[in-house]
Amino acid sequence: MNIVVCVKQTFDTEAKIVLDGSGNIDGSAVKLVINPYDEYAIEEALKLKEKFGGDVTLVSMGGERAPEALKTGFAMGADRGVLVTDPALEDPDEWACAEVLAKAISQIPYDIILTGRVAIDDGSGQVAVRMADALGVPSVSCIVELSVEDGKAVARREIDGGTELVEVCLPAVLTAQKGLNIPRLPSMAGIMKAKNKELKKLSLADVGIDASGFSRKMSVPKLSLPNPRKGGKTVPGEPAEAAKELARLLREEAKAI
Amino acid sequence: MDFGLTEEQTMVQEMAKSFAEQEIAPYVEEDEENHYYRREILTKMGELGLLGWSIPEEYGGNGMGWLEGVTALYEIAKVHTSWRLSISGNCWGPALTINQWGTEEQKQKFIPDLVSGKAVGSFAMTEANTGSDVGSMKTFAADKGDHFVMNGSKMWISGGHASDTGLVYAVTKEGGGPKGLSCFIVDYNNTPGVEKIPITKKVGMWTAPTSELVFENAVIPKENLLGELNKGFQICMWMLNNTRMGCATGAAALSAACLEGSVNYANERTQFGQQIGKFQMIQQQIAEMKMEDEAAKQLVYRAAWLKENKMPSQQETSLAKLFACNAAVHAANVAMKIYGSYGYSTEYPCGRWLRDAKQFETLEGTSNIHMGIIAGIELGYQPNR
Ligand SMILES: Cc1cc2nc3c(=O)[nH]c(=O)nc-3n(C[C@H](O)[C@H](O)[C@H](O)COP(=O)(O)OP(=O)(O)OC[C@H]3O[C@@H](n4cnc5c(N)ncnc54)[C@H](O)[C@@H]3O)c2cc1C
Repeated sequence: MNIVVCVKQTFDTEAKIVLDGSGNIDGSAVKLVINPYDEYAIEEALKLKEKFGGDVTLVSMGGERAPEALKTGFAMGADRGVLVTDPALEDPDEWACAEVLAKAISQIPYDIILTGRVAIDDGSGQVAVRMADALGVPSVSCIVELSVEDGKAVARREIDGGTELVEVCLPAVLTAQKGLNIPRLPSMAGIMKAKNKELKKLSLADVGIDASGFSRKMSVPKLSLPNPRKGGKTVPGEPAEAAKELARLLREEAKAI
Repeated sequence: MDFGLTEEQTMVQEMAKSFAEQEIAPYVEEDEENHYYRREILTKMGELGLLGWSIPEEYGGNGMGWLEGVTALYEIAKVHTSWRLSISGNCWGPALTINQWGTEEQKQKFIPDLVSGKAVGSFAMTEANTGSDVGSMKTFAADKGDHFVMNGSKMWISGGHASDTGLVYAVTKEGGGPKGLSCFIVDYNNTPGVEKIPITKKVGMWTAPTSELVFENAVIPKENLLGELNKGFQICMWMLNNTRMGCATGAAALSAACLEGSVNYANERTQFGQQIGKFQMIQQQIAEMKMEDEAAKQLVYRAAWLKENKMPSQQETSLAKLFACNAAVHAANVAMKIYGSYGYSTEYPCGRWLRDAKQFETLEGTSNIHMGIIAGIELGYQPNR
């Protein structure tokens, strides 16, 4: 079984976000990790490989530091990686990511494509679905359970207030939600093997895209940090009185109820 | 000169940190409370290759060496000091020593289970009346031609009552002192005549088993003699120069845990209308902890680097062990003060840090003994090995 996992390198979940002088996110000193939802996808891919045999190929887009993320995936057990890296991909939007990933994946054989349901940095959750569309294959989002049999995948996905069981023909794109599995830690043997695995770097031209006419379709005029959290407030007085006052404050001041 | 970790070492560090957070941290409080040794943690460490440092891959080693081993142990010990013992108890103690001095048969028979975590390892020198003066031990192994018969008892053996395979040092030449000791590999599951008695009243290290081992006419097959007869003291000193890295690294990690906890607490706790970290006296405490912590870590890495490059490292190992041990005891003491009354509560880690820190002043060479090694080498009384 040819399994493809799309992986994005993101900020560590504990990273402190700061904006530089020109209002852009300053990522220079930030620790980078594999998008945690993509780790669920890698784990699921490795389980499929263990069951059916085959190969796990990681596909990513990114700059200089992106190979680190792929190597972590290699150490977990993925077999090889494809990294699309190009000056024209400095700051891609969701459309650009979907196009590029679809083009890169269409060059390799695939029976199933897995990825995280969302990247924790921009949180858009669009790329996988749009990529599936570009590839002309179905997609199932937010899966918490997966079984594969006879060219079909049966996946349980989270919906509002419950779950839904979906059957889909392969190849398909499935996106992983927390709960799908517990990603394995790389073993020391895995870490040792990681350095010898093939990491193919491709430019936009290599995946058949003309870089000159390639630009994002969406612009972000401004980024702003959330308002700093204010300190708590103590409502003094007898419990019954204080509760009344608290309810009033919640309704009138905080407009929370 | 390069003070950074390689890409692989960084991966080892991250993996060990995640391992400690996922597999050890959730049980710290419960297991401390029950003085419970969670054997599965050792199994998992073995499966992930965390017990195979500097061991050839043909015997199950992980293909990595001292710098990686120290990096991994540090992350584990930072979360729970007790679990640092397993890397020495399985890998740097018995496995590495068998790899250095053992026959091909011994290596094939014993090393794989130690590094895969199938076996719990141990090493035993200390007796009720023999501590620092290793050469004064009384446990005797009588040569009976095709086997030895061992009589005597060992005290304070880490891993002891859980141990499947261990090294035991015993007298083979009466009155020979250090020149009359030999080293034996004991297969505890197949050796009648050994009684394992848990030592339950320990000040710290509550989730790590410590035991008395009593040998009563225990039959040790001839092929379990490690190295040459009466060369046990030399083997023991070689081994201790390795296992002491477990202490040095564990102590440095404990100091780091105390520092991290203290910094977080000082940034949260307010008194007199400000964070306590704003008080100059707290800052002095933090500065001292940080300085000692950083120095301890550098000494640990320096000793590990020497070992990795097969250079003499005994003095540097003692420097690292003694300095890191002092740093840990100091940091644990200061942390308890910074945490105030909460530091004295068993719901906070300060008590465990302090209890666990005190071990380092005694085991694998007391502070005085390390002082003696450092000075003896410096004064030219003995070579740096
Ligand atoms: C938790 C724990 C785990 C242990 N695990 C193991 C293990 O796995 N295997 C094992 O074999 N042992 C183990 N030990 C034993 C440990 O190695 C000994 O306790 C240590 O070697 C010191 O011996 P001792 O306690 O008999 O002290 P002693 O040697 O009796 O020392 C008492 C005091 O005298 C001082 N002293 C002794 N000689 C000198 C000298 N020449 N110059 C100056 N001062 C001196 C010491 O510094 C100390 O302050 C463990 C101990 C503990 C507490």
